[in-house]
Amino acid sequence: MAVEAGTAAPAAVENDESNYLTAKSGLKSWALTVDHKRIGVMYLVSVIVAMFLGGIMALLVRAELMFAGETLMEADTYNQLFTLHGAIMVFLFIIPSIPAALGNFFLPIMLGAKDVAFPKLNLGSFYIYVIGTVFTLIAIVAGRIDTGWTFYTPYSSRADNAVIWMTLGVFILGFSSILTGLNFIATTHKMRAPGLSWTRLPLFVWGIYATSVIQVLATPVLAITLLLLIMEKTLTIGIFDPALGGDPVLFQHFFWFYSHPAVYIMILPGMAVINEVIATFSRRKIFGYMFVAMSSVALALLGFLVWGHHMFTSGMSEYSTMIFSALTFLVAIPSGVKVFNWVATLYQGSISFETPMLYAIGFLILFTIGGLTGLFLGILSVDIHLHDTYFVVAHFHYVMVGGTVFGFLSGMHYWWPKMTGKLYNEGLARVAFGLIFLGFNITFLSQFIMGSQGMPRRYYDYLDQFQPLHMTSSGGAFVLGFGFLVLAVVFIQSMISGAKAPANPWGSAGFEWMTTTPPHAHNFETTPVITRGPYDYHLASEEELFDGFPEDRAAQGAKA
Amino acid sequence: MADAHAHHGPDYLEHHFETPLQQFDAAKLGMWIFLAQEILFFSGLFVAYFIFRSWYPEAFSVGSHLLDWKMGAINTVVLLFSSFTAAMAVRSSQLGETKKTTAFLAVTVVCALGFMVVKYFEYTHKIHVGLLPGSLFNPQGEGVEELRAAVEAAYASGPFEGTYPYHLRSFFGIYFVMTGLHGLHVLIGIGVILWMIVRNQKGAFTKDYNTPVDMTALYWHLVDLIWIYLFPLLYLID
Ligand SMILES: [Cu+2]
Repeated sequence: MAVEAGTAAPAAVENDESNYLTAKSGLKSWALTVDHKRIGVMYLVSVIVAMFLGGIMALLVRAELMFAGETLMEADTYNQLFTLHGAIMVFLFIIPSIPAALGNFFLPIMLGAKDVAFPKLNLGSFYIYVIGTVFTLIAIVAGRIDTGWTFYTPYSSRADNAVIWMTLGVFILGFSSILTGLNFIATTHKMRAPGLSWTRLPLFVWGIYATSVIQVLATPVLAITLLLLIMEKTLTIGIFDPALGGDPVLFQHFFWFYSHPAVYIMILPGMAVINEVIATFSRRKIFGYMFVAMSSVALALLGFLVWGHHMFTSGMSEYSTMIFSALTFLVAIPSGVKVFNWVATLYQGSISFETPMLYAIGFLILFTIGGLTGLFLGILSVDIHLHDTYFVVAHFHYVMVGGTVFGFLSGMHYWWPKMTGKLYNEGLARVAFGLIFLGFNITFLSQFIMGSQGMPRRYYDYLDQFQPLHMTSSGGAFVLGFGFLVLAVVFIQSMISGAKAPANPWGSAGFEWMTTTPPHAHNFETTPVITRGPYDYHLASEEELFDGFPEDRAAQGAKA
Repeated sequence: MADAHAHHGPDYLEHHFETPLQQFDAAKLGMWIFLAQEILFFSGLFVAYFIFRSWYPEAFSVGSHLLDWKMGAINTVVLLFSSFTAAMAVRSSQLGETKKTTAFLAVTVVCALGFMVVKYFEYTHKIHVGLLPGSLFNPQGEGVEELRAAVEAAYASGPFEGTYPYHLRSFFGIYFVMTGLHGLHVLIGIGVILWMIVRNQKGAFTKDYNTPVDMTALYWHLVDLIWIYLFPLLYLID
């Protein structure tokens, strides 16, 4: 047996610790917990609230854009809404979504560890996240934030002082991200169970590990940039403001030195989830395991070299633009390696299409579109035309939503039974997937077309010729919103009246399924000894892949 | 280990680690990662420094002459010495010499406080004479004389006629941000070292367990290291 713990025994009756959810009770047991699983759940709730807020703002923005001219709100309100949509979605939702929520919950379990290396620091990171969130909320109340989520100078150095609260919030959130990354790196290096070599590491862990490296190395640069912006606004230090001898383009360099790698902070965890889901639902070892693992690391490193592609039109030397363009194309290689390996894994696998797998397939399609359109933007001559149009908006939504959010939802469905101990309504979950997939594509395919025709991003008003496309895009956004509503029903219904989940409902060979459902407070009753890889279906025992309840198996045992 | 709460090692071993060595290794790795992010945090400032210096070399030269290199030098020596005492504290802690550890840590704190006192005098003087960042830059009184001397020293040219490089204000922007953030790190260091003294006096550290002292010293060395770069880059431009 590969993992010698946890698979056995239906939860013993009076064992307090056998279920992390009931091990302790009361508000304090959550607020002061150092259990990575509970911290993961708290993050999960927080990011879902953030996603809901950001989503409402997106719908308001799309509602305003249904018709040219003023529809619902004044231009001023509109400017604030798209800024808040971007800032909330990026800093409060996407960046912490998979690593801090799902990663916190599953990384230590997949390593066979009792917890992350620094559990108190982990709780600290969560509260830093909360404080950062409070600052951003204060910013929303304190005044107008209409700089766009990128806070470009010189506008931001002169804009309303609420920008100080906002950037301070993002600054604080950054430290949450850095400390989480630090914790995960140390955990991956030092907390692996006996027998869990680097070549047996689940690819989810590889992905989160690569993400953590970026979080630690890139985020400090954003932190110092935002701090300089704050100083600029308070002490007028003259770093970015041209009137004082500063350079606004320097802000862009600093900002993108973080924010391009941040794209990988967002997408690598999505890819990390997809690995697990594709392996489980095609019952196969991931094709080219080492290539997939190393491509995550390659993306993490290459990500630091391409920030200039956001600034082709900001006044850089021709040579710089050429180098940045060429380096940008290199990113396609590790991304392509991943996509080809996933497709090769599916080939001749015994595939089943449960909801997590549907999202994974959705991810493959949407990420491929998002990735390929990124190449258009990396071409210098084409970018001059497409820069700051809806084409860019559509491109990064295909990567961020089609990639990260689909990865996140895939993971949510995949691990939901393990986290909550409950099953959800599969039929309704598929309906939600259908609506989300359809709505998303309607919204953003039309934006690709608009963008290529020259519709600039962030504009409040537009020419009549764009009317049908804007209308279509908004219609798609409402379908998408409705899809999320159905999704909410799926999860709420599961929490209230979902059937009890067995330990391994998908029959996966992954390590996290080898413990009880919901997991023991210490993950495994005893430290497991790993004797195979997480995708070695040919080495896994029948009992490990058994997807029902142990008591059913005992009953069947007589027959078999 | 049927019961995960069963005692599985010495008191200081946290429940989620298997061995003291694993706990120490994890702490050490975590600390090094933390130091790496600190360096990247400051690296943004260093990049800004080099860009502005290459754009406005004359402003940086004059600005450098406006700083008191003697005070900077004293602070450099003080910090270097404190790094030495921090290292000695780790050594005595590893040897289990509790009293010596406290003594070395205390000397480190005294040095750090000395550093901050010198910084305080430097800052108050700059504020007093109006040598400040950005739009606050407004030399007056003594400041004008200092400015005159600095311009003459930097250019080795004729008499001061009231002209000085406009971008001096950027120099002081960078000076205050860099030394201010460094000073903040010194203050945090003082807090952490004081806490280490308290814990040490309570007998928390022994021959076998002194990781926190070790980590604190690592942090302190970094604070020292950053200053070693700041001093020549700001005070000693010719
Ligand atoms: Cu980019």
